[in-house]
Formats: sequence, structure tokens, C-alpha cells
Amino acid sequence: MVRYFTRLRMRRIYKWVSTYVEGQEAVTTVTPGQYILIEGNDDEYPFVAKLLKFFGDESHKQKKALVQWFLRLSEVPQNKKLLLGRSPHPQEIFYYLGRACDNEINAESILGTVQHVPEDTPFPEPGTKDTLYVKLSWDTKAFNVLDPVLMQDTPASTPPKPALPLFPPCASPTATPVSRGPVRRALPTPDPTVMRRAGSVSDTRATMSAGKRSTLEAESIHSASKLSASKILSAKRRGSAADTPGVRKKLQLSPGKKMTRADVLCELLDEEMESEKVISLKLSSSVSHSLQHGCSLSPMRSGCKTPNGQRRFPWKLSSISLDRLSPTALGEQDLSSDLLLAVIPLALEDEVFEAGLPTDAGSANTPKKRQATPRRNYVREQKATTPSRRKESAMAIRKPALGVLAEEDSEDSPMQPIALTPRSKRKSAQLVSLRIRKQLNLLDNTQKLISDGDDDCFVPSKKDLQSSSDSEEETMVRKTRGRNGKASARTPCKTPSKKVCMVTPSTPRHATPSIPSRTVPARQPGNILEEARARLHVSSVPESLPCREQEFQDIYNFVESKVMDGTGGCMYISGVPGTGKTATIHEVIRCLQHASDMDEIPTFRFIEINGMKMTDPHQAYVQILQKLTDQKVTADHAAALLEKRFSNPAPKKETTVLLVDELDLLWTRKQNVMYNLFDWPTRRHARLVVLTIANTMDLPERIMINRVASRLGLTRMSFQPYSFKQLQQIITSRLNKVKAFEEDALQLVSRKVAALSGDARRCLDICRRATEICEHSTSHPSSAGLVRMNHVMEALDEMFSSSYITAIRCASLQEQLFLRAVIAEFRRLGLEEATFQQVFVQHRALSRVEGLQPISVSEGLAVCQRLGACRLLLLEASRLDMLQRVRLNVSQDDVLYALKAVRD
Amino acid sequence: MSKRKVKETHMPVGECISQVQMILRERFCHQRLPEKPVGMESQHKHLLELLRRTAVHGESNSVLIVGPRGSGKTMLLNCVLRELLEVKDVNKNVLPVHLNGLLQTDDRIALKEITRQLNLENVVGDKVFGSFAENLAFLLEALKKGDRSSSRPVLFILDEFDLFAHHKNQTLLYNLLDVSQSAQAPVAVIGLTCRLDVLELLEKRVKSRFSHRQIHLLSSLSFIQYLDNVRSQLSLPQDFPDTNFYDEWNDGIKVRHFSSYPQLVDVLQRHYNSSKDFRSLHLLLMLALSRVSASKPAIKPTDLLEASRVCMVDSKANILHGLSILELCLIIAMKHLNDIYEGEPFNFQMVHNEFKKFLQRKSHSIHNFDKPVVIKAFEHLQQLELIKSMDSSTAKIQKEYQLMKLLLDHSQIMEALQKYPQCPTDVKQWAMSAFG
Repeated sequence: MVRYFTRLRMRRIYKWVSTYVEGQEAVTTVTPGQYILIEGNDDEYPFVAKLLKFFGDESHKQKKALVQWFLRLSEVPQNKKLLLGRSPHPQEIFYYLGRACDNEINAESILGTVQHVPEDTPFPEPGTKDTLYVKLSWDTKAFNVLDPVLMQDTPASTPPKPALPLFPPCASPTATPVSRGPVRRALPTPDPTVMRRAGSVSDTRATMSAGKRSTLEAESIHSASKLSASKILSAKRRGSAADTPGVRKKLQLSPGKKMTRADVLCELLDEEMESEKVISLKLSSSVSHSLQHGCSLSPMRSGCKTPNGQRRFPWKLSSISLDRLSPTALGEQDLSSDLLLAVIPLALEDEVFEAGLPTDAGSANTPKKRQATPRRNYVREQKATTPSRRKESAMAIRKPALGVLAEEDSEDSPMQPIALTPRSKRKSAQLVSLRIRKQLNLLDNTQKLISDGDDDCFVPSKKDLQSSSDSEEETMVRKTRGRNGKASARTPCKTPSKKVCMVTPSTPRHATPSIPSRTVPARQPGNILEEARARLHVSSVPESLPCREQEFQDIYNFVESKVMDGTGGCMYISGVPGTGKTATIHEVIRCLQHASDMDEIPTFRFIEINGMKMTDPHQAYVQILQKLTDQKVTADHAAALLEKRFSNPAPKKETTVLLVDELDLLWTRKQNVMYNLFDWPTRRHARLVVLTIANTMDLPERIMINRVASRLGLTRMSFQPYSFKQLQQIITSRLNKVKAFEEDALQLVSRKVAALSGDARRCLDICRRATEICEHSTSHPSSAGLVRMNHVMEALDEMFSSSYITAIRCASLQEQLFLRAVIAEFRRLGLEEATFQQVFVQHRALSRVEGLQPISVSEGLAVCQRLGACRLLLLEASRLDMLQRVRLNVSQDDVLYALKAVRD
Repeated sequence: MSKRKVKETHMPVGECISQVQMILRERFCHQRLPEKPVGMESQHKHLLELLRRTAVHGESNSVLIVGPRGSGKTMLLNCVLRELLEVKDVNKNVLPVHLNGLLQTDDRIALKEITRQLNLENVVGDKVFGSFAENLAFLLEALKKGDRSSSRPVLFILDEFDLFAHHKNQTLLYNLLDVSQSAQAPVAVIGLTCRLDVLELLEKRVKSRFSHRQIHLLSSLSFIQYLDNVRSQLSLPQDFPDTNFYDEWNDGIKVRHFSSYPQLVDVLQRHYNSSKDFRSLHLLLMLALSRVSASKPAIKPTDLLEASRVCMVDSKANILHGLSILELCLIIAMKHLNDIYEGEPFNFQMVHNEFKKFLQRKSHSIHNFDKPVVIKAFEHLQQLELIKSMDSSTAKIQKEYQLMKLLLDHSQIMEALQKYPQCPTDVKQWAMSAFG
């Protein structure tokens, strides 16, 4: 699933690597219209594409090519494979209709050409392993039958030839010599019609010999000076050369242990931390090198001849070849760099970005501004979309049913989401979710049906997974999943059985959290007041967030810049409750998500935790991890996994935006939770943006120890309480032309709330209550008019007036007498505290004055306890009996005022 | 009434009495809800409207019902719920969850109870699976998945709401109120409490999420209404089987009968002055009802007087009646010590000295007790909690020297002495004398 997206980054890497080869024995030349293999992260499965045209970039330093991509099944997200509906042929490829992949590649990454066989016949026998077939197209959402026009429409049509089973593709990276494509000096104009147009191919995987040798010779416009970094990094190269024995040691072990490449590479990275050096090698090797067919390559080919073992052998062999060559590499820089160029870079795409080096053609030439040339933006767009698909697929794996259904839905209108505005998008999302819910039952059935046919069809892809994963992150995930016994959850054929478990009540482990749905749908608001009430409810999502434009912009800029740069950072946001902190951030995220949907910024992941919504600060780790990877582990384990995740480089990492609400609740004695939360963004590979929210402005100074506060940094923002004008604006914008309030009434509410707290929630609640009062004040609910001043006044009274005075007035005579006795005793003592015994003496005297029968001590205590229960009095524990001390919880003046009013 | 007379039925008096006992006891013990809550019409309407909107429109709300103990908070809520569930659309559409702060003493228990009552999918039988954190996450997830129009409204009824505010971090309250303020499954959070300052207990974030609706139940009952209440509480329902008995009974408790008995009015006035709530009234009526029997088939004013006497009695004075002469002497000695030292604490040795002084003067009337016997008596007083030790750490000091305080008022002692059967005159005189 993750590999699927590596194409883009791979391409970027190789842009910097000049594979211009001199003294090549076999030079492959390519012409537009040919089908080519493009170097990917997987030796066995180079990417397949059709070459559309060549061009050079603005500075003529790079040669680029426009291609039409084809996908292998293994590149299709796991969950989408179900959509195929049949068992895929192992050599089948799909015409790629999606737009998320940059179809501009560097000419240097072309490995060789292949030939094109339109395949209308049924799939041949599995014996012919090296032929690729195209029957369907894939538009990231569904498989469609390929339009024959697309296939025919090949400008430089190569005559169909039978597939040539030649050298297995595994030999390609090191072995394929590449000739540079023809250079067009015109600026590239990515024309979508051109990009889409391509033929469907059945490629043979042959690289050199099968290709038509073009007579076009590439012009070398490489200059050694173009890489400013190469010199700086050349020192590191030496270091890496010294490190290679370690690599070798590892690699020697690897074939026996049947480790996947990813494992080895991960270990390489972990132990040697060579990534930068490797880049330096790559960079420095940009000047032309001679790539030789080392002796190591022959065993590779021979190994690959057995068709069955093909998938796993090649890379092992390639590692051996690396192994063999590395001793020589120690001495010869050229050779070693060539080698690394071929093998190691696969895992290191990220590094280039991280290092801030100009990685793509566009950025190499344009200044490092965010809004640079359109070209650069275009590239960014592409970058942005790739992880999004990954996210989508990850989500889909988690919830296979929903994922599939969503696809079905979107099949109707694949372009819809892009065309929509954010608001309508939200609506459409709701619509979709509604439909999902409706069809859930239906879906369960189809899932089961599909699963029946699935069991055998994923065997090859599983194997594939084992052999070709190359991301650290992925292996990490897999390891942990394995430990949890959830490894199988990735293959869709297992998921249905899991779903079956969910239904049975005996396994609450897989229970789905849900509230039963109602039989009668909720009634919609009937009149204006009800409508206004619905709109004024805090939960209703407003069209926009008025009065927080500045804060919105600041947060937006902060997060956007971090997401764009692929860096991390912390932000602390403070403000009293009800000032729109969380709402603003959600709005920011909504907008950013929209922007990333529109390919304006790279995709990112939004995770939200709330200190109040967890039982223990350490649960934060568990929740973050669960939201990131959907695994359930203990807090300690989760902390370790997250630590690893954020500190280790992983190639396909997207930026994570983490919102930590109610930060102060995450305080622990050692503050390690906070420390980690703020430390991770500072890690080089984390790409984590942490937004924290709390109420107090000086929280970092008050409760955080220095090292935590220092990591939080000084990016702070405080949300001021709303002023009355803002509150008024909020209400009006929420009401949105529903005329339910008098203007003065609104102003009164907002002024009152602004004077007291500036809490928007309170303001809305009062307005809501006022509409109720208005509705009840008239006999007919339909005849109720506007909410007027008196209604609002009544609501304000209800919400703000203290109930103590009414409570005293409504108390029984003895209770009132007791309160007077308390005050009398306080006056006598000159203290604000007296024992019950003392007060009771006063009470008895008072009742004599009042002409009441004196009450017994037991009764007196009961009266006292009643007052204490209402908290008109504050009492000590009642086991002290007569000795318990009594204090007033109301001011003496209030008591006297209330009692005086009673007597009058 | 004429119709009633047609199908007049007669039952034996004993059967009638047992019927009456049953009906009235159900009423007094709060096992049957009244037809209509008395004296709280506006509150009733407000609450009913609020819950109806949650049930029908799916609008989330939160409300607090505040009132002193015995003012009918639970009764009001139950009446509203009963009325709400009678509405056709609502009946199957709401999920009431009852919690009580005295039972669910922390969030862990409360969460399990909520999950159990909602019967979510991690409940099997009566058992709730998962840890505290899992339960919380599960419940929140469940509520989050719901939405206004399609999921059933949940009514969270939190009895003794103030006790929930003492839970750690107020996690439960925060989450419930947060759900009520966000677009999730519709919920109504109804808190019942007798504390007027309950909002001050809420943490500021929790408070901000609360809608600040409070329904106050403060009865401003006049004495006339109180008398009406007494009568209506005692009267039999119309569907009583024996009509003759029904008429007799209800005639017997007419208000004018009360008013012709000034003593009875006095007693009821005293009750009214002491507390207006229903619970103390029910207690009084219950005692009166228990004096009704087949041989005495009606409530007489004397029954009420007797019941009131039982209600009003001072419990401590009653205990004093059961003490021995020695213990009573010790109490009197303590009273004198209190007078001398102005309420300062005393220890056994001081009391014993005081007692010995009395014995020397009046040795002929009282036996000379040994010290261990006196200590025993002293300890007995302590066990009865008529005296209370002032030191928290009892182990360190010898019990003769532990400082004590008397938990009795002088008036109680004098009253008890007056009523004490065969109290020696010397002892009485000693008690009355100013000093020792």
C-alpha cells in the first residue's frame, strides 16, 4: 500500500543522479511513443510507463520526459484490489488514469525500453511470466475497461510484436545503461490532454536488447557545478566509504536469513545512519560515471531464470552484488557511488527533502519562496497528492467496508470533490456517509461474496509485499502488527472473517461503538423560532467563524508553512473557555484539508487528542498511536513505538498535525508526556506539527519545567474574550437572516455576556433560552413573534441571578430564624464562625421573641443540616454534633435583605 | 356520585383498612408518582418541553434541577419522564440512563454503568468488558458516531449531581456536557442536586460547556396550602372499591375538622414552620396512619398529635432517660465543669473529683462507687457519644486524662432530669445548684 506512492519521490532522487554512461557496451536509446521501464524503488518491478515526449527544463541542465504511467497490481492499494473482481494475472498492469502522479520524469531514471503488445486475447498460461498485459485502466478509484482509443492513440506507434521474455527486470538497475533522451529546449507545458493520452501496453520486461535503439544521441548538458552541495558533501562520502564494511557485514547475513530488502535497508539505516552520506554519494556522482556490468550481475540473471523464485531472488542477489563490489568501492569512489546509486537510494528519498536541497527541477532553479513559480507549485501539487492516496487507502484498510462503498459512490462522479467548495464538500461528505450507513447491510453481504473469490488471488501480491517493501515505517508497522497478531489484517481476504467476529456478541473486543438509531427520524424545526434555536445551538457548525479572522490566519499560516516545508513545530494557544480556540483550529484544518484536496499543499494527517477525554495522561500515547496506525497497545509500548516513528526517517512520511486540547490535563510529575509531545516535532524526521490548547496564558511558565517549556517554544497565541460587538456578530452570522430577534435584544445579550465572561457558548445558550421563553409566552406557538427585550431579560435573569436570595425567602420559618440566629451570634462573637451550640442558644432566644414554641436540639440540628445541604451554611462534619462549626455561605447583607423582604 | 351509588359495593372493614394502608403507604413511601406534581407547574412545563425537544427534535441540552431535599426533584423528573414516554413517537426513541452520585462514586464505575444501561456492544449480559480507558474511548466513539437526526437521544440523569463534580478532573461531566454542545448523538444531561452552589463546583471548562439552565424547586407554600396538602395526601383516590368507606374516610379528614381542633392546627403549624417539604410531612402522616386499625377505622386528630409528639421528640433526651444514676451523676458533674470552665474540655479525673465532692456532701443517698466502676460508666457515656474525645490520637494519653467535651445542652439535661423515673432528690438539687 505504501509502495504505491513511492514513485514520485524516486523520480526526484534520480533527477540528481546522472546516469549518463560512457563506454557502455549496450546503449539503449528511447524514443517517444515507446514503452519504458523506469527505475523505481523496487528492482524486480521497475515502473512501467509509456514515453510521450522529451524536453529539457529551463536551465537545460536536466532532461525530462513526459510519460503515461502504468500500474502493477502491487501498486494498487490493497483494499482496492477487491474491485478487480477477479483474480489478477501476475503480469497484469493497468493503465493509470489518476492525476496524482507526476507524469514528468527525469530522463536519467529511464532504464530501458520495452515493447508493446496490445492484448485482446485472454491471459496466456502462467508460464510466460515476463509478459505484462493491460486490460483495464485504473483511475485511483476503480478499474475500468480500457478505452481502445487510448491504446491506439500512440503517435510514435511501434508495431505490435509478441512479448519477448528476455532478461528479468531485476537486472535493470545496475545493468541497464541509459542513453539520454533528446532535448527539447522549449519550456515544458504540462498539457493534461497529452498526459492522459497513451496506449495500453503489454510490456515485455526486457530492457536493453528488446528496446529499439534510437539513433538520437543525448546532449550532455550536465555540469558538475550544478550541485552546490556535492562538494560540501564529498567529505561525507569518504566517511561512508569507510562505513561500508559494516554494510557488507549486514548484507552477507541477509540472504540466509531471508530478510526482505526493507529490513536490510532499515538496519543499514539504523546502524550506520548513512543516509546523508549516501545522498552525498549520489549527488557527487552526478557527473558522468561509467557504469559497468560487474561480474556480480551475471549470477543475478541466472538466479532469475527460474520463474517461480524470481520474485524473491533478484534482490538477494543484488545485495550480494553490492557486497562483492563494496570492497572495491572502498578505493574507488566512482564505482562505489555507482553501486549505491543503484541500490541504496531506494530507501532514502526523504533525505533529499529533509536536507533542504533542491530536489526537483523546478525548485532547483527557482528561489526558495513558498509561492514561487507555477512550475514549482505544480510539482508540489503532485507531491501533495501522493500521500493523500496513501492515507485514503490506509483508512480504507481500517474500514474495508466503508472504503469500498465510498469508492462505489464516487465512481459516479470522480471529479466531484475537486470541483466543490469546502462548504459543499462537507455536505457531500455527509451525504456520502448517509448513503454508507444505508447500505451497510448490503455491503456486508457483498463483502462476503467477494471474499470467497479472493483467497487465492492475493497470494502473489502477498509474496510481493514481503519482497519489495522498502520503507522503514512500513516494516515497523508490520512488525508490530505481527506481534499483535494483526498482520493478516492487511490482506483483505482476512478482513471479512474479522467482520463476522464483530457481529457475534461473544467477542466484545471487536465491538463497534454505536448508539442505536431511532425508529422515527428527528423532526425538523417547524417555525422561525425553532429554526433559530437550531441555528443557535453551539453544536451547529457555522458557515464561517466570524471575529477570529486574525487568529485563523495566523494558525493557518503556521500550519501551512510547516506542512509545505515538511518540518515540525509547536504552537501554544490560550484563552478562556468559549472563545473559539478549538473551533478555529478545526476550521483551519478543514481549510487546509480542502487545500490539500485541491493539490495546493501536500497532504497531511490530522489527529486530535483531548486531555479531558482520557483517563490518564499516558493514555495520550495510546490514543495518538491508535489514530495514526489503528493499533491498540499499552501506554508504554505506544510511547516506544511513537518515539521510534518520529525519530526514524521514513521515506513516505506525511506531515502529522496533532491537536492537543486541554494541555494542562497532561501534566504529570515528571512531565514526560508533555516533554515528548514537544520534543518530537524537533526531531529531524518527525514532520509533526503540535498545536496545544489550554486556558491559561502563562501555563508554560507555571506548570512546565524548563526543558519542557523551552521545547514548546515561543509560538504562542492568546484568544481574547469576545467583545460585545463580536458576540453580536457571531449571533447574527449564525442566525443568517432568520429574523427571530429584535436588534436591541441581541445587543443586550451580547453586552451582558461580554461584561461577564465573553463566553460565546453562554451567549448562544441565553439566546436559545430567550426563544423558548418567547415561544411559551404566547398561547399559540405559531403566533409567537420576535424575541423581544422582555424575553431576553427573563432569560438573563434566569441564567445570571443568584438563587440564594430566593432560596432564603422560600425557606421555612425555623430555617430563616436559624439564619438570623447565626448572624446574631456572629455579631456577638465578632467572628464569622460559631459552633452550633452557640447559635442554638441565640435561636432559642429569638424564637422566644418571635413567640414561637422553642424547638428541641434534634430539630434544631435538622434545620441546620437542611441549610447546610443547600449550602446556605457551611458546616463541619455532622459527627461533631453540637460542636460543629457553622459559617455562612452567603453574605450577611444578602441574608438580611432576603429576610427583610419576607417580613414586609 | 349518583352513578357511583348504583354499583355500591361493601367490603368488610378490615379489608378496607388494609386497602387504605396499602394505598397511603405507597404514596408516603414515594413508590407511586402523584397524578400531577403540585406547586411546580412552570418547572414541569419547562422540563417537559426541554426533554421533548431532545426526544423529538434531537436537540442536545443540559439542565440542572436544584432544590432543597424533599422538595420533589426526583418526583418532578419522574413525572416528566412518564409523561414523555407516553408520547407515541418518543416511547421507543429515547435511551434513559440513570446514574446516582452515591452509587457511581467514580468515573470508572459510572462509565461501566452507562455502557451497561446503553447496552453497547462491549456489554455481554451484565458484564462490561475493557479497561477504564477503553470504556471511555468506546463510549465517546459511540456518541461521536451518532448524529442529530438518526441516532436515539440519550437522557443522562445524574442524581446527586454535585457528587459527580468531585470525580477526578470531572472527566465524565466534561465529556457528557461536551457531547451536549457538539454535533454528536443527541443527549440531554439532567442533573439533580440540592446544592445551590453547584455551578461553583464545576471546573471552568466544564462550566462553560454547561448550558446554565437551572430549574429551581423552591416551595413557597403558605400554611393554608400546606393544610390542603395534608388533606390531599390523606384522602383516598376516587377509584376506591368501597364507596361508603371512601366517603366516610374523606369526610373525616376535611379541613374544617382540623380547624375545630386548635391543638392540631398548632402542631401542624409547628411542622410547617420547621420544614415545608413533603418528606417530613409524609413521615408524620405515616406515623398517624399506623395507628389506624379495624377497631379504629379513621384517622383522628389525636393520632396526628401523637405522631407529631413522636416526630418532635429530642433523641438525646431520650437516651438520657435510659442512663443509670451513676452515669447521670457524671453528666451532671460535667455540666458543672462546663459552667466553671466555660465550655473548656475536661478529663475523667476532673469529673471524678467533682463526683467525689458531691458524694462527700451527700454520702447517705448514693453508694460510694469504686473508681473502676466510675471509669466503666464514663466509657459507656463515651460509647453513647454523649461525650466526645477532643484528641484525635487516643493511644498516647491514658484514658483518665483524655480531654472530653459534653455533647449535651443544659436544657436537655434538665429536661431529662425532670422526666427521669425515681430520680433521687439530692441529685436533682445538685443539678440545679449553681456550683457543685
